[in-house]
Amino acid sequence: MTDLLYSEEEEALRAAVRDLLTDHCAPADVIARAESGTPHDLSVWKSLAEGMGLAGLLVPEEQGGQGASAREAAVVLEELGRAVAPVPYLTSAVVATEALLACGDEELLGRLASGRTIGALAVGLHTAPGAAVTTVRAQNGTLHGELTGIADAAVADVLLVPADDGALYAVASDAVTVTPQASLDLTRPLATVRLTGAPGRRVGDAEPAVRRALRAAAGLLASEQLGLADWALTETVRYLKERKQFNRPVGGFQAIKHRLAQLWLEVVNLRAAARAAADALASGEDTDVSVAVAQAYAAPVAVHAAEEALQLHGGIGMTWEHPIHLYLKRAKADSIAYGTAGAHRAALAELVDLQGP
Amino acid sequence: MTDAEELRRRARELLAAHPPADTDRLDFLRARFDAGLAWVHYPQGLGGLGVPRSLQGVVDAELQAADAPDNDPRRIGIGLGMAAPTILKYGTEEQKRRYLRPLWTGEEVWCQLFSEPGAGSDLAALGTRAVRAGEDWTVNGQKVWTSSAHIARWAILIARTDPDVPKHAGITYFICDMTDPGVEVRPLRQITGEAEFNEVFLTDVRVPDDRRLGEVGDGWRVAQTTLMNERVSIGGMALPREGGMIGPVSKTWRERPELRTHELHQRLLKLWVEAEVSRLTAERLRQQLVAGQPGYEGSGMKLAFARLNQEISGLEVELRGEEGLLYDDWTMRRPELVDFIGRDAGYRYLRSKGNSIEGGTSEILLNIVAERVLGLPAEPRTDKDVAWKDLAR
Repeated sequence: MTDLLYSEEEEALRAAVRDLLTDHCAPADVIARAESGTPHDLSVWKSLAEGMGLAGLLVPEEQGGQGASAREAAVVLEELGRAVAPVPYLTSAVVATEALLACGDEELLGRLASGRTIGALAVGLHTAPGAAVTTVRAQNGTLHGELTGIADAAVADVLLVPADDGALYAVASDAVTVTPQASLDLTRPLATVRLTGAPGRRVGDAEPAVRRALRAAAGLLASEQLGLADWALTETVRYLKERKQFNRPVGGFQAIKHRLAQLWLEVVNLRAAARAAADALASGEDTDVSVAVAQAYAAPVAVHAAEEALQLHGGIGMTWEHPIHLYLKRAKADSIAYGTAGAHRAALAELVDLQGP
Repeated sequence: MTDAEELRRRARELLAAHPPADTDRLDFLRARFDAGLAWVHYPQGLGGLGVPRSLQGVVDAELQAADAPDNDPRRIGIGLGMAAPTILKYGTEEQKRRYLRPLWTGEEVWCQLFSEPGAGSDLAALGTRAVRAGEDWTVNGQKVWTSSAHIARWAILIARTDPDVPKHAGITYFICDMTDPGVEVRPLRQITGEAEFNEVFLTDVRVPDDRRLGEVGDGWRVAQTTLMNERVSIGGMALPREGGMIGPVSKTWRERPELRTHELHQRLLKLWVEAEVSRLTAERLRQQLVAGQPGYEGSGMKLAFARLNQEISGLEVELRGEEGLLYDDWTMRRPELVDFIGRDAGYRYLRSKGNSIEGGTSEILLNIVAERVLGLPAEPRTDKDVAWKDLAR
């Protein structure tokens, strides 16, 4: 039976991550950092990954990890989403790690699990599980080509690159040219990766590794979207209890109350969907359907939550100074990341036998 | 011995003493009640054993496996879900002993005399009057949307006993005898063509004072127990995947490829996802209740299911194209059971329109979520300190 609740250990993990982010990842810092040349917060990453050992949650203990599961990683992602934390957790500790788990590359897995090495799967962030993937040319053990839209590549130490010979290669980032792209999401920036004869080490078959990595990504992204949407709702409710116009709290107007109640319903639903996907990824049961359902539902809810937060904050929500825009940008980018809601609905049509005309 | 093992032992004991195959249905149900296995969380002597409600499943499974008869809970939903918890909480010992056993066995069906033509969402504004006459009360007024009134032996009734105080303060809660000569039940035909509900006219109905539940003037508080249980029972059921309204339309989609269009396909998939997510939310709520951590999610379930039922059944009528122009049967009937899913798509479409009205309109439920869950300010009230008789109407 799908367990949709949080265990006591999961709640303790949540509290620890939230404490860290409250102290070291305040919205004003994230905004200031987003404008600097180094949008990622590697000191927070170090605390999470090395200090708390969270980079290795998905890696078995005998391979240097924590031997936890997607359920715990989902809780971490909820909190990272709540803080729009600019750390490569989803890309390294989930996506690259899942790809390496599929390949069985113990040496590199151990390094990623320790958090001292950051990995990135060199597949465009927009790619849905099962979709075609851009590859580079493999020639005499060296790789040639250009890949775009690679999330968190700017801070990756190792890139996992699919090549035209069907293999996935591990490539050191200092052997390639990584160029940041101006990205809609300021806190999970994209980059292009140019390979001109970079040496690569074959770690396994690309197709199953990429498919597994992207499925985990899509499923666990729902938890990040849940955290994000929950922040948007909570913060908006808090603000509208204080903000007064027409000699009344704005949150007392029925038109506003109903919108917030509707949003609450969506967040409640998203929590169930995200927990179901995390549990299915952990148990391996009903995984494809649970992931597709979660991602088909999560993206529009997170975007709606951020959009409502902006509108209901009025003018202040439109300013660079207020953090709402970070959430809106993340939510909108997340709605494309690892497949749009439409792509996941199309996958579901096949999975549950509701084919189109 | 754990509670669960003890319950299993008692269920087997009941089955041994009253083998379902050779026992009259009613005799078995009475014996089950007397054994404390009817609703295990009720007190001893009143059909229960005072153990946690979550253990009911242990008893039900044991009895189901032995093919024991049940009390047809859908037929007596108002009694089980609304009247019983209220009688348990506010009834005198005598009232509990008199009413709960035949209520649970289904020997006596209950209905609810709450809503009035002039008091829907603003239920506390109700105008049915109960006037003290010696040891009795004399009741006059009109109630509406009363399901099961035509088969009911008893009703839970709220009536105005003091028009000179603000509306919430002047209400008293009674048990009304539906066989009293002053009670007239008329079917109320609804847009589906059937009459699931009734109008009930009360003319000089005599209610003895020992059929009062709670104190005089305390009826609004007593009614909250009833209404809270109504919302739980309307939104709280756990379903398998495709178990609700999405089931029939998915089946039609699979069996009738000639009806498919791209536009309907997109809408169907969206609704399928929403139905599945709502099902997961209901399941999560159920798990929370079992784990003893009641969540707020319950307040939202009815809202979500109402909207989904309406959109899904609307889609289904469209999907059927030419057949969608037809209707299965407009014959006026008085069904004993409410069935949202039975019959054809057109019926489902029309019946589901009531889902966002019955048991609290969606607009009122959104207020409740906003105020009680999110803590937003309450609606401005102009009626709180005004005597009922001076309210605008």
